[in-house]
Amino acid sequence: MLVVACIKQVPDTTQVQIDPVTNTLVREGIPFIVNPYDTHALEEGLRLKDRFGFRVAAISMGPPNAEGTLRKALALGADEAILLSDRAFGGADTLATSRVLSEAIRKLNEAEEVGIVFCGKQTIDGDTAQVGPGIATRLGYTQLTLVDRIEAIDPVARKIRVRRKLEGRHEIVEASLPAMITVVRELNRPRYPTVPMRIESSEASVQLWSNKELQLDEQTVGLKGSPTWVSRIFSPEREKGEIVGDGMSDPVGSANLLVDKLLGRDLLAI
Amino acid sequence: MSPNPMLFGALLLVSLLLFSVGCYRRLSLVTLGQPDQRLDNPALRLGRMLVHVFGQKQVIRKRFGWNHAVIFWSFIILMLANLEFMASGIIPGFTLSFLPAALHHALLFAFDLASLLALAAVLVAFSRRLFFPHSSMSSNYVKARSVEGFLILSLIALLMVAYFGLHGATIAAGTEQGAAAMPVSGLVAALISASWSGSLASLALFFWWLHAAALLAFLCLLPASKHMHILTGIPNIFLASAEKPNHQPREEFVKGGRYGASTVQQFSWKDLLDGFSCTECGRCQDACPAAATGKALNPRQVIHAIKTNLLSNAPSLQIGEPGVMPLIGQEGEGTTTEESIWACTTCGSCMSVCPVLIEHMPKIVKMRRYLVQMKSSFPEELFPLFENMEGRSNPWGIAPTERTKWHGPMEVKAFEAGKTEYLFYVGCAGAFDSRQKQATVAFATILDAAGVSWGTLGKDEKCCGDSLRRLGNEFVFERMADENARLLKERGVTKVVTQCPHCFSTLKNDYRQYGMELEVIHHSELLARLLEQGRLKLNREVGDLGKLLFHDSCYLGRHNDVYSAPRKALELATGKAPGEFSRSGRESFCCGAGGGRMWQEEHQGERINLNRVKEALEQKADTICVSCPYCMTMIEDGLKDLQAGGTRVRELAEVVAEGLRKVSSAVC
Repeated sequence: MLVVACIKQVPDTTQVQIDPVTNTLVREGIPFIVNPYDTHALEEGLRLKDRFGFRVAAISMGPPNAEGTLRKALALGADEAILLSDRAFGGADTLATSRVLSEAIRKLNEAEEVGIVFCGKQTIDGDTAQVGPGIATRLGYTQLTLVDRIEAIDPVARKIRVRRKLEGRHEIVEASLPAMITVVRELNRPRYPTVPMRIESSEASVQLWSNKELQLDEQTVGLKGSPTWVSRIFSPEREKGEIVGDGMSDPVGSANLLVDKLLGRDLLAI
Repeated sequence: MSPNPMLFGALLLVSLLLFSVGCYRRLSLVTLGQPDQRLDNPALRLGRMLVHVFGQKQVIRKRFGWNHAVIFWSFIILMLANLEFMASGIIPGFTLSFLPAALHHALLFAFDLASLLALAAVLVAFSRRLFFPHSSMSSNYVKARSVEGFLILSLIALLMVAYFGLHGATIAAGTEQGAAAMPVSGLVAALISASWSGSLASLALFFWWLHAAALLAFLCLLPASKHMHILTGIPNIFLASAEKPNHQPREEFVKGGRYGASTVQQFSWKDLLDGFSCTECGRCQDACPAAATGKALNPRQVIHAIKTNLLSNAPSLQIGEPGVMPLIGQEGEGTTTEESIWACTTCGSCMSVCPVLIEHMPKIVKMRRYLVQMKSSFPEELFPLFENMEGRSNPWGIAPTERTKWHGPMEVKAFEAGKTEYLFYVGCAGAFDSRQKQATVAFATILDAAGVSWGTLGKDEKCCGDSLRRLGNEFVFERMADENARLLKERGVTKVVTQCPHCFSTLKNDYRQYGMELEVIHHSELLARLLEQGRLKLNREVGDLGKLLFHDSCYLGRHNDVYSAPRKALELATGKAPGEFSRSGRESFCCGAGGGRMWQEEHQGERINLNRVKEALEQKADTICVSCPYCMTMIEDGLKDLQAGGTRVRELAEVVAEGLRKVSSAVC
């Protein structure tokens, strides 16, 4: 059985700046990281590999420099890594993205039966949480979102039981495979790559699939296939604070001052 | 007295054979270790050997060590006496009397006195073991080996008793040449004359054989006991690392490589020799902050485990098979637990007190390297640290763009080669930690006030990687060190001043392995210099700090021998020498944050920082002066935990900068 982990390279959002003129992200000099939720998706795939001997494929759609992200997945133990990269895929919204990813998974399924697709619950750049469900819909897989624990898997009966983390409650769901599962951070603690794995992965090859391999209608992918577009992006204005006391030399006085200020603006409930 | 030369010769031969085989069997195991170059800087090595071996430098730091020094020097003197004795066993009647009479008599007197002193010292040692057992004698696996200690002491005592018996009898019989030079034996002779009515010749013969038996038994037992140190200790001191602090060797990252140490033969030969040099004196255990606060780590046990593991696995290792006993695993005599490996703060106090200069810390780091790099097995708290260091080059994962936020309204210039003298390497804590940022500003203000030409790398500065290296994440450290070396070279940096002793030590010592020969000084050194040279003129004497104690940082003091500079700076700024902790200088007690412990929880025993803070509070300190951001955090936290609001922590630069305030403002 093949387990697919979808991972995305995202800009390190703590360091993102927005160009006030063009309203787009300033991409220059911004480091990229693996979408944090996706590291948990990959980890769960690797745990199933350790437990059941499933093979794990990591896939990502993105520009050529996203190869580093996939190489890291190989260093962690993924058996294969596929970068879906084509100029035609650029500028995609969640619909067009899920089309490309679904097609890649379908293609993988031809070689080896795909049992589970893991995705992070959302990305930290787009924050839509739509791509995972989009993949499930397009492939007709069971859709299990916000999973924080895999309770049981029966590979023979093709059954899975998971716990979903919902607001104020948990929900335990049993479903049949193949399934698309989006994961939350609580699911696991991602592993740290060993040095031998890192060294080997630096030589391992990341497969590159363009639209030549996927053969999708160019009108349905990338910017052309995206019904949504970003009209404006901006960071909210933040009121500048003020320094009200000297906590170093007068901690008691400063604390009193702070409490008075908070009370004065009715920000503290007593 | 006519000992049987044939019988003695045969016994001597057998003993020498057993001794040689015993030594060979043990010492040949050392060759299972990895190569390590230990012959550089011979002058330093020779000098150190003289001081530590013949001067017994570390031994006599402990009061009880004087007893050892007496035994040691007696042994050196008596070595000649015993050679004479063995020769007399083979050539009956042989003595040193062929020497000029004056020299011969002087030697006889020395032998007599040394034997008495040795006997007295052995009796003191005996009673100490029996009646005043030291705390370090009660740790795991030590009790059983205590028997060995008694056995050896008994043998030495027996040797001395036999010596006096033999010479007393011969003096009484009137057959001893130079009897006048042997006052103690003379007394024994008088005692014998008064109480022994039998044949004096047979009494002498009895003591002769008793002496022979004790001597030969000692020879046979030596290689198998911890007293092997009398053979290995001296070369071990000569071969100890010439680097300070004891460097970790670089690792070569290649395909198929194995990293760190999970088996004894992955240690260097010197690491293995250390095992055979350990006398189990317990000084390291007493000095260790982890052991003192009830952690799993006991540095002595780490060394003993390596030796036990080597001996136990030797039969398999020598035929190229893996050993059965794990080096890292469940608690056992030849095994070190992961928990104890992670408990080390790399403070170096174990190494600084070891009489035979055993290097504990590099061994612990080698095992960490294995755990991190081969097994990815480490305390959970380190996961974000490793990710943050690799991703954002600082421990907290704060955006690198915020590295210059400490500037505030200050004008901070970028370092420019040729124009700027010092690169001020701010360090992660100096740039990001809100408390340490105050010290950064204080130091920068001082630099400006003294007219020092300085600049920073601004947002381009990266973490030095200290924590990663001590935690065994050498792979990522190497990337960071390479990147930093490239950056510093590219910018033409030659002189660096740091406020963090960890940056200081890493840039100064570790980066030499990366081709960086920088002149690195700690801000305490620069502050002392500026004040001494009068380049920094203070407006007032800082006198309102109450009782001030200076806390030595491990990476400034023990690892780099910078003790006097911060004290000098404090003295010049405050008008009086700072107060001292009861454990200070090279005996300073760690704050608990070194070696990557800063980023881990303390789950076991008392918190190390509390131990240190309690010491300060017992001494009624009003101000604790630190010179390290880790110490700052740990000691401030400790004071908060103990609700000791009356005591404050000041960074050295903050104290000095206080003196820059106008006199008038000091009043209000």
